[in-house]
Amino acid sequence: MIEFRAVTKQFPDGTVAVDDFSLIIPARQTTVLVGSSGSGKTTILRMINRMVEKTSGDIEIDGEDIHSLNPVKLRRSIGYVMQNSGLLPHRKVVDNVATVPLLNGVKKAAARDAALRLLDTVGLDRALADRYPSQLSGGQQQRVGVARGLAADPNILLMDEPFGAVDPIVRAELQQELVRIQRDLGKTIVFVTHDIDEAFLLGDQVVLLEKGGRIAQAGSPAEILSQPANDFVATFIGADRGRRALRVEVVNGRNVVVDEDGRPTGVLQS
Amino acid sequence: MTGVNLFLQGIMWIFDPTHSDGSGGIPSRIGEQLAYTFGAVAIASLVAIPLGLWIGHTGRGRDIAVSLSGGLRALPSLGLLIIFALGIGIGFKAPLVSFVILAIPPILAGAYSGLEAVDRRTIDAARAQGMTEWQVLTKVELPLGFSLLVGGIRSGVLQVVATATLAYFASGGALGVFINEGLKTRNYAELMGASILVTALALILEGIFALLQRLFVPRGVAAGRIKDVRSRSTRPRTTVGSPIHEGK
Repeated sequence: MIEFRAVTKQFPDGTVAVDDFSLIIPARQTTVLVGSSGSGKTTILRMINRMVEKTSGDIEIDGEDIHSLNPVKLRRSIGYVMQNSGLLPHRKVVDNVATVPLLNGVKKAAARDAALRLLDTVGLDRALADRYPSQLSGGQQQRVGVARGLAADPNILLMDEPFGAVDPIVRAELQQELVRIQRDLGKTIVFVTHDIDEAFLLGDQVVLLEKGGRIAQAGSPAEILSQPANDFVATFIGADRGRRALRVEVVNGRNVVVDEDGRPTGVLQS
Repeated sequence: MTGVNLFLQGIMWIFDPTHSDGSGGIPSRIGEQLAYTFGAVAIASLVAIPLGLWIGHTGRGRDIAVSLSGGLRALPSLGLLIIFALGIGIGFKAPLVSFVILAIPPILAGAYSGLEAVDRRTIDAARAQGMTEWQVLTKVELPLGFSLLVGGIRSGVLQVVATATLAYFASGGALGVFINEGLKTRNYAELMGASILVTALALILEGIFALLQRLFVPRGVAAGRIKDVRSRSTRPRTTVGSPIHEGK
């Protein structure tokens, strides 16, 4: 469990990116922070592994104040996946995946074996192990990034718009893959995105952020969809539009679900 | 006397066995030229590389380094040499010190620009994985920036190997002795021969360092570069190597 208590982050230039932010991120679930740019979502994420230092407030992981921990040790215990994969271009895929175990002093052969197994986990062919990142497609690079994030078997996995830079088809694939991985591994995932569909797809808990890290609403996708807390939330999730505003029409004696324009999207099963 | 003729005479002067003997012979003068070059570059590297790496890693002091190295570059080498010769006397020390000062700016610039050229996101990711600052420097920034650092050393070497010809002004030996002698005695063959030697030396060193620099481009980065070139091509591609399979 990760707990934010009244956390504020003010950058040296005076910008208050996150103002008095409090949130409980439950263990072994996926919490998605969603908001547009300037909502402080990435800042919040990066405060968890102290890549950004809070200005005030408390952040605890399982009851332990992270500021009493060594930041390097803390980071090695937390997986981190970023948008552009952030792989080391001069190292082979397998060595990239093994980065953290090697830093932790795991023997090279053992780290390599583990890295190869992780390639399986994220759905990559082992034949790619000896390639360099620049020889992979964007989607493959992101998979390697996820494998690297999982390499030290961390309890917590931070994901900063990991699928933001790949094309929609690959993105959908990666999202499904993450759902599968999470079902198998049950990590505490904190996921940042600006894509509300992605948030609803992946999140057990979805946290909608307004400017300055103000929580507009936090809850399960169903809770947010069924009861948007305010107009901002309703607009952000598109509650009144297209695919979200569904109606039921009876056709041939069956309940057909149609969208705003009357286009059928499916049939209700009773 | 035609130019070609003079060139040939220069070559003949170089290979005249009477010019290769003893402490004033061609081999020992070449040795002095090289000793100045590598001595000055080695000493300059000791100062400039750590400083440049520190600047490149922390991003601090960059402005000072830029203007300082710009200023150092503007110093006339001959003037510097003479000032040092007057200060610390003639011999090899004064030339060496001024060549060190000459070699510092390019090496410093190579070191910090090498580190600056590394993608910030790669460094950020490395740090976020839990690398210490030292590990970020040695495992990420240095390997990726090394080729530019070697490039800085390369231009330092080139500058010194050419300028070391001036050492004779402080009675410091090296190939400039022949040029000076040739000028004074109107021995154009000697003048030409010594010039050819300096030029050849510079070209050889340049070639070696260009090769070194390419060698130090990490394989993964070089592989990416080749791919970039190919993907920019507008012509239809032929199949090269095995196709990359998207994971299962």
